[in-house]
Amino acid sequence: MELFKVEILGKDFLAVAVEAILLAFALGVLLLGVILKGEGRRYTGYVALFAYVLAFLPLFGSLGRPYEAFSGMVSVDLFSLFFKVLFLVIGFLVVLLSLDYTAREGIAFGEYYALLLIASAGMMLMASSANLVALFLGLEIMSIAIYALAGIMRDDARSVEAAFKYFLLGAFASGFLLYGMALTYATTGTLHLRAIADKLASNAAFRSMPLMIVGLGLLVVGFGFKLALVPFHMWTPDVYEGAPTSITAFMATGVKAAAFAGMLRVFFTALPALEGHWRELLWVLAVATMTLGNLVALRQEDVKRMLAYSSIAHAGYMLVGFVAGGELGRAGILFYLFAYAFMNIGAFAVVALLGRKGAPNTLLDDYAGVGFKHPLLAVAMAVFLFSLAGVPPTAGFMAKFYVFSAAVKAGYYWLAVLGVLNSAVAAYYYLRVMVYMYFREPKEGIETGYPSFAGALAIIVALWGVFQLGIGPSGFLALAEQSIRSML
Amino acid sequence: MDQVLKIPLLSVVTFLPLAGALLLLFAPREREDWIKGFALGVTLIDFILSLALFIYFDEGRVGMQFVEHIPWIREWGVSYHMGIDGISLLLILLTTYLMVLSVLSSWSAVEKGIKEYMIAFLLLETGMIGTFCALDLVLFYIFWEFTLIPMYLIIGVWGGPRRVYAAVKFFLYTMAGSVLMLVAILTLYFLHAKATGQHTFDLFALCKTPMTMKTQLLLFAAFAVAFAIKVPMFPFHTWLPDAHVEAPTAGSVILAGVLLKMGTYGFIRFAIPLFPAAAHKAIPWVSVLALIGIIYGALVSMMQDDLKKLVAFSSVSHLGFVMLGMFAFTMQGVQGSIYQMLNHGVSTGALFLLVGMIYERRHTRLIASFGGLAKVMPVFATFFMIVALSSIALPGTNGFVGEFLILLGTFRANPVYAILGATGVIWGAAYMLWMLQRVMFGPITNPENEKLRDLNLREILTLVPIVIMIFWMGIFPKFFFKKMDVSVAHYLKEVKGRQEMVLNASEGPLMARSERGR
Repeated sequence: MELFKVEILGKDFLAVAVEAILLAFALGVLLLGVILKGEGRRYTGYVALFAYVLAFLPLFGSLGRPYEAFSGMVSVDLFSLFFKVLFLVIGFLVVLLSLDYTAREGIAFGEYYALLLIASAGMMLMASSANLVALFLGLEIMSIAIYALAGIMRDDARSVEAAFKYFLLGAFASGFLLYGMALTYATTGTLHLRAIADKLASNAAFRSMPLMIVGLGLLVVGFGFKLALVPFHMWTPDVYEGAPTSITAFMATGVKAAAFAGMLRVFFTALPALEGHWRELLWVLAVATMTLGNLVALRQEDVKRMLAYSSIAHAGYMLVGFVAGGELGRAGILFYLFAYAFMNIGAFAVVALLGRKGAPNTLLDDYAGVGFKHPLLAVAMAVFLFSLAGVPPTAGFMAKFYVFSAAVKAGYYWLAVLGVLNSAVAAYYYLRVMVYMYFREPKEGIETGYPSFAGALAIIVALWGVFQLGIGPSGFLALAEQSIRSML
Repeated sequence: MDQVLKIPLLSVVTFLPLAGALLLLFAPREREDWIKGFALGVTLIDFILSLALFIYFDEGRVGMQFVEHIPWIREWGVSYHMGIDGISLLLILLTTYLMVLSVLSSWSAVEKGIKEYMIAFLLLETGMIGTFCALDLVLFYIFWEFTLIPMYLIIGVWGGPRRVYAAVKFFLYTMAGSVLMLVAILTLYFLHAKATGQHTFDLFALCKTPMTMKTQLLLFAAFAVAFAIKVPMFPFHTWLPDAHVEAPTAGSVILAGVLLKMGTYGFIRFAIPLFPAAAHKAIPWVSVLALIGIIYGALVSMMQDDLKKLVAFSSVSHLGFVMLGMFAFTMQGVQGSIYQMLNHGVSTGALFLLVGMIYERRHTRLIASFGGLAKVMPVFATFFMIVALSSIALPGTNGFVGEFLILLGTFRANPVYAILGATGVIWGAAYMLWMLQRVMFGPITNPENEKLRDLNLREILTLVPIVIMIFWMGIFPKFFFKKMDVSVAHYLKEVKGRQEMVLNASEGPLMARSERGR
């Protein structure tokens, strides 16, 4: 009965210490939300903020040799460390930008922050999974929390619609993913990522089994839904537009990063033997995702919706790194995710700050003349948009440089050319926002919100990230590359 | 010994405007005079510092000077590698010189957001100077792309009625061209790494990359398109008239005076030395496009009814000369080409300033609405005359030296090109003189022109340095040539020496060849 022998060691707990802290605080915040009354409930946000800061601490203790915890369920390597840092940064920024946003929109406080913390823990589990079951567990912890978060503005029909759409399609996606995992298990007889790789490497018959190929296809579809790759992107614009802005920022950066982390684990750790099958498939998906995302974004009149399509396109750029593969390509994705987190959360923070209760002010027309009404906020927005467009000296440029150089190195010249041409097209719609902000006269009767301290702090941190990664990326590059090298 | 008093002078010249821009961010918006004065001070100090570069530049030495070489992104082999030779030196000087004049010319022309306007200009200056100093391809690309942002804002915020269209077109054209260059840079980087095992974006290292002819041609094409859009060469020029016409005066001055030179400089510093064999093969293509540009630009200028459009199209023609001389690959041709870059910066910059001055008074630029201005504005007319004659390349002015050398150099390489190019000079004289006649001479037909005031002191102060330069460069060209003689001779020797050096595709894989290459 070797199978059922479970040994739990001390270092197993260290492996999930960050998640544990977040979950413990999630429960605490939930309780606090009940105990505190009225205005006092705002403090739940500060508690959540504290949780994200505190959760950094255990990371310092986990820098040793990579190992697997909980009998091969959780990997403790630099890769998972990297993503934990990323999710903590994302969580921290999202809470900062939520503090006033939730108060303004009257969102129930306790639940909101508790769900945020839970979703972060789920993302971390996904990124550090060593086993398909752990991966799926992480995915569901994250997803279910986010279904609820998307619909947390119960009185807003669009928010409810977003939640419902996201839930239905997300459930489908989970189904596909689970089916893919099942077929993989059926072929190889194991759920452990590295064991799957060993089985596939040692047995040529497994590699060509239809069951396995179909399983692979289902996995791609499942991840494709979560990453909003074309043609599995249909839900994205409506959900991103309808969800509370802070949650949209969280979804566009956090969920995407978690899905990429899981996908990197599954495809590069477990299924490298099938590379011949999935590489060409992802090539097509990358081109379709970039192109369609950008072309549709060109026509958007709503900034939030434009950012939703732009996030589709960015997933396409990241996929370029995936197709290129190699250390360079994979490290490129990691770097890209970090850069994207800063610039995208920054952009959404500005969008959130410009809105008011009952007037989200997300239409392009609402941005007319913002450059002269809120000069600092507009400068920040301009920096984030230039970064999203990939103009130096910003993080967005370095990130694109990274993934496209990986593509060129791997010999995917056409992919790189299509990628850079796409980013030239994308420049147009980012510039459009700036055209409205700076080149148009302010419209009468549009009242915009005022930047608060927390919101301003979120923007300042994001600005720092955009320039740090754009001008002095060395440290992050080294980190991303080491993370890939240490990947179990 | 490269550094004067241990100061990294090149970095100081490059980043001083950036520092000025950051300080301006905190300036109180209401103190407009203070803001203008500060911006003028920064550009003036930068100009003086660049004069120090000029003085301390050792004209007898081959290779780069004032070199700064610090590793920047070690993981990728990107370094902060700056340095100048005689070619970039003169272009930097042109930049700092025109910047002072641009700030001066904006004194009363800009009505809104003077603070942001000056910040944009100072940022632009850092980008332009950096482009002329960078010797690392990534660093170069960053400066190159960075100049897009302030110029986009300058056209889009402070431009004319169709400014949004012009600004977006400018941005997208240039960006579309340069992203292809980025792919080419990356390809070159990995080719080099594969051949030598060394990952670097350093220009001089990459120049030695062994390549097959086909690869060279493809990569050269990618670079050439990026630069040709900026120059702009004939089929890629359509953004230029829009951008020029809509940009505010100082924007047009810098656009014509410096930004276009970034394209021609890109050819001389990057596209040609990196891919000499491909450049050699491309001579007929580039020359024919340059000739089309010369003649087409001149003919279209002749048909313009708007002064600014006329000057804009004349740029296409003048830059055609620059490209023609550059691709003659003779000493005179290349020297003339570089000289013509400077001339065009001075003369066309001045033309835009003059057009701006008359526009400020009359709020129209239509040639038909003027006539007889020489009677009411004699000072203005004199300046206009001198600048126009320099643009026509009258002997004694700077334009003559440049065009003469270009035609001489081209004649030695290919007489047919030179003869065709020479007709461009005639067309140039035709449209310029015809325009002068219609604007300056004859009776005053429009009563609105009767009470125009002549130039004020500030405007005269803006134009006097230009007139001095026109004659100085026309009468004592030696003063400038001696700074670039060695650099150009070295450049030609290098490029010509490597024109035949290509890998034969049938001679086996890259790795085997590179052993011999080293």
